[in-house]
Amino acid sequence: MKAVLTGNESAAWGARLSRPKIVAAYPITPQTTIVEKIADFIANGEMDATMIHVESEHSAMATCISAEATGVRTYTATSSQGLALMHEMLIWAAGARLPIVMSVVNRAFAPPWSIWSDHMDTVAERDTGWLQFYAENNQETLDSVILAYRIAEDRDVLLPAMVTEEAFILSHTVEPVEIPDQGAVDDYLPPLDLPHRLRPGEPVGYGSLMMPDQYMEIRYRMARAMRRARRVEEKAYEDFWDTFGRLYAPVEEYKMDGADVALVIMGSIASTAKDVVDSLRERGRKVGLLRIRTFRPFPAEEVRKALSSMDAVAVLDRSYTFGHLGALATEVRSALYGSSPPIKNYIVGLGGRDVRVRDLEWIVSDIEKVAKEGLDREITWVNLRGGEE
Amino acid sequence: MPYPWQELEEAPIARVPTSEIKRSSWRTMRPVIDYDRCISCMICWKFCPDVAIRIEKAPEGHKYDEIPVIDYDYCKGCGICANECPVKCITMEREEVGP
Repeated sequence: MKAVLTGNESAAWGARLSRPKIVAAYPITPQTTIVEKIADFIANGEMDATMIHVESEHSAMATCISAEATGVRTYTATSSQGLALMHEMLIWAAGARLPIVMSVVNRAFAPPWSIWSDHMDTVAERDTGWLQFYAENNQETLDSVILAYRIAEDRDVLLPAMVTEEAFILSHTVEPVEIPDQGAVDDYLPPLDLPHRLRPGEPVGYGSLMMPDQYMEIRYRMARAMRRARRVEEKAYEDFWDTFGRLYAPVEEYKMDGADVALVIMGSIASTAKDVVDSLRERGRKVGLLRIRTFRPFPAEEVRKALSSMDAVAVLDRSYTFGHLGALATEVRSALYGSSPPIKNYIVGLGGRDVRVRDLEWIVSDIEKVAKEGLDREITWVNLRGGEE
Repeated sequence: MPYPWQELEEAPIARVPTSEIKRSSWRTMRPVIDYDRCISCMICWKFCPDVAIRIEKAPEGHKYDEIPVIDYDYCKGCGICANECPVKCITMEREEVGP
């Protein structure tokens, strides 16, 4: 069924089709309309789930953790400070190996208050043990919720997953979206079968102490699950293609054949960048785009394969990791270690500042200059009023 | 005994109750009760933070019916019993062998 949906409605549909039994959430702009839509679905009898209203995002995640431990599928959504407040519970969800799925509407951190798009909220949760998928459009926002459950709940993975969409640019903007058939989703996504779910007749201890003689082995198992998620993800995409006819990959190569320079981008800016690449290609400029969809586990091998033969690489970060480079640039540089072309980091679009076609065209011209003349600087803030020091 | 990662479950779950986990290797000093001076007041039993002191029936001919007995499987050698003993009949002795 084709419908015109906002990003948030798409996320809500992704949740509805995945049949979670528990949805626990606390409202925060711009996430609110996801949960409102789910409340509508439940009130209309279109979704068989219990909505638990909680007093904070920390409690929302704690509720999902407790519910998921009993073996039921759970869902929540948040943004920005709400995600930051969840931080402790995010680590718990991952450590307890509970495949909770959450939509995060990427929003800048305060102070100063901003409700607009910025990746810093989810990038700051990179190290919690959650899988992270960054959507480019509303269709991907919907599909990724279903995909996230499928990958997260696999016995080889059992890690929670967050699906991100950008504030307003996706969350409150309508696009035509194909809503998958419920029967097809049910076939694609079997009911959750959590091996370590709480069984009343078989009491066990959750969250107990582990001594130094055993802790590292538990962490190794978690690291291994994150590594194995790569293979599970590939299979999930293959089956998704077979079932729904839409193709996803951890990285999307766009006009990379014959490119001399490449843009590396996460999220919705990639959409504008595709237009920029198209028009520059028509003018004979050899530029390609590598969109990173999966930030955790980071697809280092694919990134290396796509970028190591470039003359120069421009990595765009819609967030900044204070003290060094943007997080995506750091990851890309580390993936290319030993065989790296010059990599320049462009900080763009913080706090929802529009990343325009001409900004992207300037970045391409700048990285072409780097390809010819070498790296002038490691990082630059694009479209900064007053310029850089 | 610690397990290699291959033998661990995916999620960190305790399948045995804490009472089955013996942590006596933590101990560097062991409390020893001098039963000739012990008055069976059971203050040590009451204060032990790890329930590592049991009250047992005294051997035939002992001056009291019941005596406190230290369970060295669980005693971690904190010394609280020795500190609280009103007649100072519990002495802390150095453990000879390490874990």
